[in-house]
Amino acid sequence: MSAYNFAYLDEQTKRMIRRALLKGMAIPGYQVPFASREMPMPYGWGTGGVQVSAAVMVPEDCFKVIDQGADDTTNAVSIRRFFQATAGVAVTEKTAEASVIQTRHRIPERDLRQGQILVYQVPIPEPLRFLEPSEVETRKMHALEEYGLMHVKLYEDIARHGDISTSYAYPVKVEGRYVMDPSPIPKFDNPKLGMAAIQLFGAGREQRIYALPPHTDVVSLDFEDYPFQAGKADHDCDLCGAGSSYLDEVITDDAGGRMFVCSDTDFCRERREAGHVGALGVEAVA
Amino acid sequence: MYVAVKGGERAIDNAHDWLAEERRGPQDVAELDVAQIRTQLGLAVNRVMAEGSLFDPDLAALAIKQSRGDLIEAIFLIRAYRTTLPRFGYSTPVDTGAMACDRRISATFKDVPGGQVLGPTFDYTHRLLDFALEAEGLQRSEAIAPEAHPVMPRVSQFLNQEGLIQDEPRPEVDAVPGDLTRAPLELPATRALRLQALARGDEGFVLSMAYSTQRGYAKNHPFVGELRIGTVAVEMEIPELGFAVEIGDVVLSECETVNQFTGSKTEPPQFTRGYGLVFGQTERKAISMALVDRALRWKELGEDDKGAPAQDEEFVLYHADNIQATGFLEHIKLPHYVDFQSELELVRKLRREADARVRPTEAAQ
Repeated sequence: MSAYNFAYLDEQTKRMIRRALLKGMAIPGYQVPFASREMPMPYGWGTGGVQVSAAVMVPEDCFKVIDQGADDTTNAVSIRRFFQATAGVAVTEKTAEASVIQTRHRIPERDLRQGQILVYQVPIPEPLRFLEPSEVETRKMHALEEYGLMHVKLYEDIARHGDISTSYAYPVKVEGRYVMDPSPIPKFDNPKLGMAAIQLFGAGREQRIYALPPHTDVVSLDFEDYPFQAGKADHDCDLCGAGSSYLDEVITDDAGGRMFVCSDTDFCRERREAGHVGALGVEAVA
Repeated sequence: MYVAVKGGERAIDNAHDWLAEERRGPQDVAELDVAQIRTQLGLAVNRVMAEGSLFDPDLAALAIKQSRGDLIEAIFLIRAYRTTLPRFGYSTPVDTGAMACDRRISATFKDVPGGQVLGPTFDYTHRLLDFALEAEGLQRSEAIAPEAHPVMPRVSQFLNQEGLIQDEPRPEVDAVPGDLTRAPLELPATRALRLQALARGDEGFVLSMAYSTQRGYAKNHPFVGELRIGTVAVEMEIPELGFAVEIGDVVLSECETVNQFTGSKTEPPQFTRGYGLVFGQTERKAISMALVDRALRWKELGEDDKGAPAQDEEFVLYHADNIQATGFLEHIKLPHYVDFQSELELVRKLRREADARVRPTEAAQ
């Protein structure tokens, strides 16, 4: 891969992306347009996240990639290999060891610490997009802080269904100013958005970058009488017994038998290695 | 006992191996070489160059071979390669008026100076399968190549002598057109940027947009004033020399439409233009592009917004790129089980609540 620069992108492009990242950090939740490049993987496969990771990566980094919380999903494997090949950085599956974590659809269970960077892959960065298809209009709405449409949508959900019918990509308000799409993470993860690590969001196809500096005030939209509730399956993990982690439902036989397991594979592994055993698990081999 | 599915790495490696095997096909059939693709599947090569935004027939042919003939995949390979190339600078504007034309037709005049030249076109072929092509090594009658390329003045300039057609608004001499691949597209876009986006846009999409205008969604009464296909020289200003030198040549398809225009609040009745310019012999795309360009100019000409898709700059420009479109469309193949799980929980919860609302009424009955 020596024909390519460190972490694939040329330095001019990285500089352009870093400028957008700095602007995003300075105005938390604001969507910064950037000249997204065609990447050697398709749009929709995390090209925004890959460009952001490439722009922040240094040779000393230790890189982790998760998709749906798991390190071994095919696209996570593919992106991890891409940076192994183009940047030669160390990679890990351990959340605690990683300095840069690229994620699709989850925030790790383990609290991230200062100095870590969490990079999100974002499909549609615009939280208002499904209410207003025009980008010209939605940019205007953000500029004028005109978020009535979103509140009406949430209200109508409650009036119609008795509940807010958004369960992932649940909109948040950042520092009392911008309404932001936290990417399609389950709303279970929303309360973690005020974390100590830097959070960077890259949307390649839509050419947008946004960011949350450490300890940013991030509030999930709700109403006084209908407060935000982070939901998850009402079970414990069947492998490690964790009662507080986000769970995947796995169908195990033709009769529709199912079990629930941690979506965060590293978290689950760590617990099993520490001796925790769920209802259907076996003790870890030391 | 359940073991979480592992083995993503092995699955990927095996898939790649199988793909390579399928690409090659049975070993008893000769392998295609890149030169064959370049010279015998030239129109596929042209499309890949046009939508890949890179004029390089060899690389385009290689991409077609590598992608097993999936042209969008080939375009993607070219785009991903192109984006890594350094920019040495920009050429001076190419002079399509001085094009060495292989094909040049006008639908608006029976004859024009320089003549009507059909060139290698499918236009008047009968679409009957030629089973003789199945046999290899057949001698074909040879085409008589024109001795020299005559000078072919632009058709639109004849209309212009009478002042019947609107002049192309000339941008400031020093104005450098934006570059779609180096700056994010922001709206409203300039015409130069719109044309860039259309030139690399999906042929099928641009065709359908153009077709919709013909069927009445913002109809703009186009005539093909001129369609020309041929070779033009590319020149670049070399700072050390202080003048422009020829660095190569490219084949282009250019279409200028003449559109009827009865005038608006701001503009007098006159003919107006739509413009299409595409790499290679790609005339379907060039004509489509000209129609869509004209439809998108409604604001500048003081026409009504008819609410037609082809008039909607944001709609057209945001959906014309097949690499963006195919990526986002196909990404729904990737795992989404975390989102789906949260939807499962939500639907179960809503059903429980709906159930609770319905049950008491049933009991009362």
